[in-house]
Parts: sequence; C-alpha cells; structure tokens
Amino acid sequence: MMEGMEAIVREHRFFADLDDDFVKLIAGCARNVRFNAGDYLFRAGEPANEFYLLRHGRVALDIAVPGRGMITIETVSAGEIVGVSWLLPPYRWDHDTRAVELVRAIGMDAKCLRQKCDADHDVGYEMMLRFVPILVDRLRALRLQLLDVYGTHG
Amino acid sequence: MALAADPMAPIAARVARVRRELKDVWTIDIEVGSGGFPFAPGQFNMLYSFGVGEAAISISGDPARPNTLVHTVRAVGKVSGALTRLKPGEFVGLRGPFGAGWPIDVAVGSDVVLVAGGLGLAPLRPALYRLLATRENYGRIVLLCGARSPRDILFRIELERWRRRLDIDIEVTVDHAAPDWRGNVGVVTTLIGRAAFDRHHTVAMVCGPEIMMRFAASELVNAGVSDEAIYLSMERNMKCAIGHCGHCQFGGDFICKDGPVLTYRHLRDRLARSEI
Amino acid sequence: MDMVQSDERSILTRAGLDALIGTLAARGYRVVGPKLRDQAIIYDDIAGVGDLPAGWTDEQDGGHYRLEQRDDNALFGYAVGPHSWKKYLHPPRLQLWSAKREETGFSISHEPETIPPFAFIGVRACEIQAIAIQDRVFLEGPHVDPHYQVRRAGAFIVAVNCGKAGGTCFCVSMGTGPCAKSGFDIALTELLPGTSEPIYVAEAGSEKGAEILSSLPGRAAQPAEIEAAEAVVTHTAAAMGRSLETAGIRDLLMSNLNHPRWDDVAERCLACANCTMVCPTCFCTSVEDASDLSGEEASRSRRWDSCFTMDFSFIHGGSVRASTKSRYRQWMTHKLATWIDQFDTSGCVGCGRCITWCPVGIDLTEEARAIRDAPAQEAKP
Repeated sequence: MMEGMEAIVREHRFFADLDDDFVKLIAGCARNVRFNAGDYLFRAGEPANEFYLLRHGRVALDIAVPGRGMITIETVSAGEIVGVSWLLPPYRWDHDTRAVELVRAIGMDAKCLRQKCDADHDVGYEMMLRFVPILVDRLRALRLQLLDVYGTHG
Repeated sequence: MALAADPMAPIAARVARVRRELKDVWTIDIEVGSGGFPFAPGQFNMLYSFGVGEAAISISGDPARPNTLVHTVRAVGKVSGALTRLKPGEFVGLRGPFGAGWPIDVAVGSDVVLVAGGLGLAPLRPALYRLLATRENYGRIVLLCGARSPRDILFRIELERWRRRLDIDIEVTVDHAAPDWRGNVGVVTTLIGRAAFDRHHTVAMVCGPEIMMRFAASELVNAGVSDEAIYLSMERNMKCAIGHCGHCQFGGDFICKDGPVLTYRHLRDRLARSEI
Repeated sequence: MDMVQSDERSILTRAGLDALIGTLAARGYRVVGPKLRDQAIIYDDIAGVGDLPAGWTDEQDGGHYRLEQRDDNALFGYAVGPHSWKKYLHPPRLQLWSAKREETGFSISHEPETIPPFAFIGVRACEIQAIAIQDRVFLEGPHVDPHYQVRRAGAFIVAVNCGKAGGTCFCVSMGTGPCAKSGFDIALTELLPGTSEPIYVAEAGSEKGAEILSSLPGRAAQPAEIEAAEAVVTHTAAAMGRSLETAGIRDLLMSNLNHPRWDDVAERCLACANCTMVCPTCFCTSVEDASDLSGEEASRSRRWDSCFTMDFSFIHGGSVRASTKSRYRQWMTHKLATWIDQFDTSGCVGCGRCITWCPVGIDLTEEARAIRDAPAQEAKP
C-alpha cells in the first residue's frame, strides 16, 4: 500500500525528480482521495489540514461576494496544486474549493508535512523550491486578471 | 500631369450579412465579387462608412473563400459603431489588404500554439482556417482562448465544432464566472503551462490586448518557446494604413506596413517600456 | 550681351535673376520664393526680383526670430524662416477625394489636379535634403502618394547657397549644407562686392536648368568670382550657430529612453507642436472624412498632424503617449534615431527651425548633448 502511494506521488508533476528518500518521507503524509462533481474539497473558514495535488479533473475556487453571490475566481486542473493556506498560520481556508467534475487527487496531510519540513530542513527547502514558482505564477496571473484587459476602458 | 491611382480611395463593396456575435461585437460579411480579394491571414482592411470615416479592421474570415470578406468589429467609436449598424445590401468602402500577416509558412513542420484574448481570436481565425486546410503540414495545433466571462467568448459555436475535431487541442478560459460555468476560470496565460506542445519546435501566434500579449509571450518563453518563434499582432492608431500618416509608429516600426504581426524578439524591449 | 554656356558657372545680375523668374513664369511655372510678411521671411508667390526681401536679414536663436535691416541690397542675406517648401509639395490641408452615393455604392472623384508645376526660388541646401527625405516617405515606399508625386514631379528648383549662417543653423553637422551639391536645376551663390549691387554665380544642375540658364542674359564667371563663391559657403560653414554630434546617435538615444533628461525637457515643453509644423521633414497627417447633411456626398481630406497632440496615438481606451515627456521623446527619437531605421537617413537636416520657433526655446542639439554627456546604461531596443 505504501509503495503504491510512493508511485502515485512520484507520478505527480509537483514531485517530479524528487529524491527517493524524500518521496518515501512525503508519501507517509499522503492519501488517495476522490470527489464527485459538486463535492467540496474544503470550505472557506475551515481549518486547512489537508491540501490536494490534482491527478484528474478540475476544481473551482469560489468566493462569496455579497450582492453578487458566488464567484469563481480560478479553476485548477490535473497536474496542479490546490490550497496554500496550510503553509502559514492560522491554517484556515479563505475560499471554497469545489469539484467541477470527477476529481482524483493526492490528499496531503498538512500537519504531517509541516512537521517533516521542520524536522528536516532539506525537505523543507525542497518543498519551498517547488512551492514558490507556483505562488509566483499565481501572483502573475492574478495581476493580469486584476487588469481586466478585455473590453473597453475609459 | 495626371494623378496616379490613389491608395487612399476606397472601393465600394456590398454588405451581404451582419450578425451579432456578442453584446458589442458584430461580424460583417462583404461581397467582393468574382475577382475576389486575396489576403493573407493576419492582414487588415480599412473599412469606410460613407461620410462617417474609416477604421482599420482585421480580416476574420476564411482565406480560401476570397469572394466573401469577413470582418469582426467591436462597436467602440463613431466609425466602428456605424459599421456595425450596416444593413445587408448597403455599401461599405474598402481599402486593403494591408500589413504583414501570421507566419503560416514559417510554422510548417512545427507545433502551432495560438493564444487569443478577447476579440484577438478574430485576426487569428483566418490563420486557423489555413492551418486546418493544410493540417498535414503541422504538428500539434493548440488554440488557447481567453475571454472576460462566459458570455464574452467569441465564435463560441465554431469553437465547439472545432473542439470535436481530434486534430486540434482547444482550451477556453474566462477571467470571471459564476459557479454554473463548467470550464476554466483564470487568465489565458494559465493555459500555456498546461498545454502540450514541443517547446523546441513550436511557433506561437498571439493576439489580444497588448498587456495580455506581453504576459502571454513571457509565459511562452517560460515554457521554453524561443522569442523568435513568438508572433504578436500589434495595434496602434491608424489613419492611412500605407505608412504615410505616421500615427501607427511603434519605435521604428510602422505597424501598418511593417506589422501588424511582428516577432516578440523584435518587440520585446519596447513592449516593456511605457508610452513608446 | 553674351548668352550663358551650359556647363560652366555664369554670372547673373539682379536683372538676370528677374529674367529667370520671368522665364519660369512664362513657361507656365508657378514661381514661389521668399517674401517679407508678418515680420518674417516666408515663402509665397513672387512676380519678380522686386518681391524678394532685398536688404533684410534675420536674427535667430532659441525661441527668437527678428528681422533686421542689412547695410546692403542682398536678396538672400538671411537664413530659413518659418515656412518650408513642404507646404507646396505636401500641403497643410488637402482634399483627397469626394464621393457621391449611387445605386451600386458610391463613386469617387478626385479634384481635377490642374496644378501648374512649381518653380521654387531660393531653396537652401538643407531644404533640398528635406525634399529628398520626403521623397523617400511619399514616393519610395511600397505605396506612392499621388498628390505629392504630381507636385514634386514638375518642380523646378533654384537653389541658393547660404551666405549667412542662422543662429540656430547646424547643417554642417548634418552634412546637408550650406552648399547645394545636387537636387537642383539651378544653384546660385550671391556675391556682395562692396557697395555695388549683388551678382549671382549660377550653376546648372540639370539639363532643364542648363537650358533655361543659357537663355538668360548673363556672362561667363571669372575664376576670381568662382573662388569668391566658394569662399562664401566656406565662410558660412565656419559660422554655424549650433552643432549636433551625430556619431552613433541612433543607438545613443534608443538606449536612453528612460533618461532623466526626458523629464527635464517635459517640464519646459508646451506640446504646442510648433516644431513639427515648421520642420521641413515632419510628414505626419490626420485623415478626416465628412459628408453633406443629406448624406449623399462625402469627402476625405488630410491635414498636417503632430505627434505632440494627445489624439495622435489614440487607440480605444486612451492615448498611447499621454505624457508630454513621451511625446517629446517620440518626436526627437523619431527625428534623430528611428528615422534612420525607416528611411536610411536622419530625419533632421539641421535647418534649426524647431529651435527658433519653439516658444520656450527648446534646442534639440542641446537635448541630444545632455544625453550624450551623461548617458544611462539601458538595454538597447
């Protein structure tokens, strides 16, 4: 069972070329999860105990905007990661994450991974190198989204 | 001495059909008769509304059907507004085609990634028609489309039809959506990293708002595409389209005759500076 | 009186010059030349030598132009004024065509272009280069402007080698003057021998010029007169009011697009567009469409436009160049740098008009020097 999890972790783009020892270590925090269309992976306000590496399907990040209802701000697809609030205190989600279609993912126990990063800073550094580009990409995309470039202005 | 032919004089052509695409976008079919009106994908025409004025509008139709010229116009000003109010049977003035188009021939033997933002899909559509007409000449063909919201997606029916083909990968994303939208949400650049193409053998054609093209080109470079293989279609004020009025200058380029399609390598340093 | 031989320098007197103007007019040319008007020397139709600004000169500096009386009767004893020949070859406002609505669309008609050929009297060397530059813009690209072409093709050019450098002149730096080397039909050098009337050393630059010159009353020039004519331009060349270092100027400016000097000049520039209007090479135009009230007839005209106006770079949503800084930078980098990319020549001929007619005296030679003296290290687009 554990070996099966290691293989699944190794297949995910996020963990590409990760050392075997690290894979073993991380697989210890991982589990296989599945969501049907319409299921929520997590809801805003809940504790961020687990984040997800999508293997199949697409999820939508929704935020409730008073007067406008729910707004989908982003979708995340297979090969990508959903959820960053588990990285820093207070470890609480600030948006809903909903499966748009059948989703299969690796659920990563956030507390478990944080502890392993604390215990072995090499693991922590390796995780940081993999997370920062994702955060930077998201930031860049959000800047473009913020510019609302289509249509006419002024 | 007699006056030579005037490149500023339009010919009259009959409007065959006007259809609404989006809230403020219309597609106008113009009959150009048996002589045809050959053009290269990516080129534009100057369309003249009688007595009102002229605007540079890219050609959005199929180059294999040169008897019907198709333009897709957003009603943003006096002239474009007048163009979208034309009725079948009325006449429109026409000058063109102008400018350098998409690198259809350069792309032979490569994967082709088309990145369209908003109305930017219109000038790319002739390129797509041409690519699909000679499909065997190209590797993967990927079309990545961005729009503001689901109701702003241009050529939606045609996109659905293309999506059913097995020889083209199409991804559409919107900047904002309500939860009933089952597609992608996020800016068009987020599709680039997810798309499958051979970064060493890819020609990218990008069209949309300038800032979106900048972000897209930089994302393509991040994905490993050479900046010489990335082509952008630039937009500037145009009054004459023949390099005489000076309005469309962007650095040393007259966008009307040296462009509108230019490589990112050529444009890169200027794009990053403001007010060039 | 001898008849002038074609392939040698000849001498025309004031009367000979008058005969030249008369001959050109008799042959159907519309003769235009320098004239005094509104306290400046401008270009206008002339009927004879009597219309020329005899005995006048000008004092020019940044933002400064004043006429002064000379102590002789020189007909060409001044530098260039606010006008240039482009107002004839590339008119400030021109109707391109008119159109009538018809059953099957509309029909376009061009105004009957019964434009008599121009004869330009007193064209300076820098202005000949300015015309050659506009030839590249309007005649030598992928599209020919027929309106410019029809005016340019018939033009007869009588050049005058400069006997006086203006306070803002820098043609020597630009390699365009003060002596006309080509591009003329007849070139004159005015000699001012003491208290007597000026005489003109004339040289033919074309067959047509030679033929007309040979029909005028005159005599062959003496070696001393030819030497004196050469001394005139040598003296003028040594007295330039300004200079501009052109070596590597394209790369210098294009690698200094964020230089603080652009902010500095923007503080002074009024974006009034005077410099572009007086510049003999600035070619930008706007196109205007109009119709009558019934909507049955329409027309298109074009007028000089300027990159200093806010509208110039408008695309839906706003102007690309909204700040004065960016507009001055566009004008100067176009003139001195990107023009070279586009037309393989500088867009500046060193005539100094933009300096003289700038209401606040901005001097592009000074602006270029400031950047050259303290260049930034930017990537070169």
